[in-house]
Amino acid sequence: MSSEARLMQGNEACVEGAIAAGMRFYAGYPITPSTEIAELSAEKLPKVGGKFIQMEDEIASMGAVIGASLTGLKAMTATSGPGFSLKQENIGFASLTEVPCVIVNVQRGGPSTGLPTLPAQGDVMQARWGTHGDHPIIVLSPSYVKEVYELTIRAFNLSEKYRVPCILLMDEVVAHMREKVELPDPSTIKIINRKKPAPSIVNYEPYRDYDGDGIPPMASFGEGMSFHVTGLIHDVTGFPSTNARVTEALINRLMKKIFDNLDDILDYESIFVEDAESVVISFGSTARSVLRAVHLMRQEGQKIGMIRLKTIWPFAHKAIQNLSSQVKNLIVAEMNFGQMVETVRASAGGRFNVVGLNKFNGELITPDEVIVKVREVMGHA
Amino acid sequence: MRKELEKYFRTEKLPHIWCPGCSHGILTGAVIRAIDNLKLDQKKICIVSGIGCSSRAPGYMNFYTLHTTHGRALAFATGIKLANPDLKVIVLTGDGDCAAIGGNHFIHAARRNIDITTVVFNNNIYGMTSGQYSPMTPRGAYATTAPYGNIDRSFDLCKLAQSAGATYVARGTVYHIPQLIKLIEKALQHKGFSFVDAVSICPTYFGRKNKMASPVKMMEFIRDASIPIKSAEKLSKEELAGKIVIGEFYEEQAPEYTEEYAKVIEKVREGN
Ligand SMILES: Cc1ncc(C[n+]2csc(CCOP(=O)(O)OP(=O)(O)O)c2C)c(N)n1
Ligand code: SF4
Repeated sequence: MSSEARLMQGNEACVEGAIAAGMRFYAGYPITPSTEIAELSAEKLPKVGGKFIQMEDEIASMGAVIGASLTGLKAMTATSGPGFSLKQENIGFASLTEVPCVIVNVQRGGPSTGLPTLPAQGDVMQARWGTHGDHPIIVLSPSYVKEVYELTIRAFNLSEKYRVPCILLMDEVVAHMREKVELPDPSTIKIINRKKPAPSIVNYEPYRDYDGDGIPPMASFGEGMSFHVTGLIHDVTGFPSTNARVTEALINRLMKKIFDNLDDILDYESIFVEDAESVVISFGSTARSVLRAVHLMRQEGQKIGMIRLKTIWPFAHKAIQNLSSQVKNLIVAEMNFGQMVETVRASAGGRFNVVGLNKFNGELITPDEVIVKVREVMGHA
Repeated sequence: MRKELEKYFRTEKLPHIWCPGCSHGILTGAVIRAIDNLKLDQKKICIVSGIGCSSRAPGYMNFYTLHTTHGRALAFATGIKLANPDLKVIVLTGDGDCAAIGGNHFIHAARRNIDITTVVFNNNIYGMTSGQYSPMTPRGAYATTAPYGNIDRSFDLCKLAQSAGATYVARGTVYHIPQLIKLIEKALQHKGFSFVDAVSICPTYFGRKNKMASPVKMMEFIRDASIPIKSAEKLSKEELAGKIVIGEFYEEQAPEYTEEYAKVIEKVREGN
């Protein structure tokens, strides 16, 4: 089969990407602006022998997704702000029990019911720290419809590879916009499946790091090996423990499996940073305005560049730290009151002047606003 | 324990965490005996629980076991059953777990008539968090959060299950074990959402707060308050006050959720 070009909405690209990645289970509860993901999953999944269920709420959806993944199916749910809040406890469960799953959050204006139909990027910190306790998580954020497709596949791949919940953090603009997307030939797509226990293992211990890479192989319910899964701190056998050393070893391993693999997980695009004096950092649909502004200012001869983050968490500190010393200003553009800017500031460690460009009124940050801000920061407003 | 039942337990995990006199062990034993009597395939059984003393039971049981978040066992179980309908899925839950925080999942799982057997270890109290009142605590009873007597009205979980759509509904008690085992067997054999309300005891908290600190006293209370459904039918509402009506309440054959979904897949794929 050759590739095909289609006009596609972001939410549709998400479902196409998910099915290409091997999604065979979806559980969700409708909420604007993510609802098309549920509707299209309901339509497409049975065609590939997969299952769709509309649960009674988002808490249940997250539970059902984890249950399905434990039987070996690749599973996803999609939601927006209020529903994302409800899912948090069970996202923590998936983190601790290392159950692969993909959670799409199409951000809308908040807090609370907020602005249901308008864009925002106000869940940057919730995506990282929404559930209680120290936990690993991977968060990706696409800027283009085609990238929604690619990053959805990547979300499944990373989730399966590292046995970690992966959040696809979209925003209303990228979710509802239509763009031409050329879907790749399915045979060219790289698919990663979770590691299974070797058949030679006799007394399978579900949380033993058999391969020394921090990622225990995962059996499925129904495959023949009886095992226990609990959201309590557990030892390698999967049974509860309150032992301090066991606890420390578990949390360390959970964190290390992410932080030892940053080169694989981090993904960002640097544009014109080589000679830049000011660099705008952005993600999601905001990055589109930033890109436009950067091009316009470059035409005027301004030394401006940008970094577009595709992996938001873990944070790409190296993208900041690798910037050369001719860079003076970092401008962090985000549709919120200032969330990522604090992490960038920490990463900059005083080397750069870090400034936020924030908008939280349900409107996009425009290229003009980026230009005005950059000029102001560069001191020639 | 009978030798032939040992294979169903993770004996290395014993002794269990429950208090002396707690009936959660008796109920776990009843579930195991029902499974054994039916000779169900151990490799095809998945047991799911929420959070509570009762929800610790699966950890001792040698199957695929999942100890989830408080109240959410049926949500996880629904995902498991729909994803792999070959599995026999059993949910063990407490009355707080099932009827308070999990109440919504309970009524919706029943409504879908998904083939899951739910046994609620109903001790009328929150055991794990030390004796607060649950939706099943009777009016007038005492709890740590009802120091002046409980004014909440309680549920009839069987009526709730039935009206929500459960297709097998029964109630037994830890005093009437042979009957309870039979009821669980029937529930396990039933296709659809089956529910057994297993009335049990928490001497440590419910008992101590309600002048029945000894397990024996609590057992005697259950014995004296229980009345078979056949006899209950002849009594007036007033005469039934404070009674525990036990037996089979409801049984119906109705379309089962995962089978209906399989038909959807078949239909859609034929159309392809
Ligand atoms: C979200 C959440 N809220 C509260 C708790 C605290 N909690 C743990 S068990 C429990 C009640 C358990 O009572 P029940 O389900 O009746 O089971 P029992 O312990 O009596 O067997 C509560 C409130 C929790 N673990 N999670
Ligand atoms: S607190 Fe109550 S329910 Fe919990 S183990 Fe003790 S007796 Fe059983």
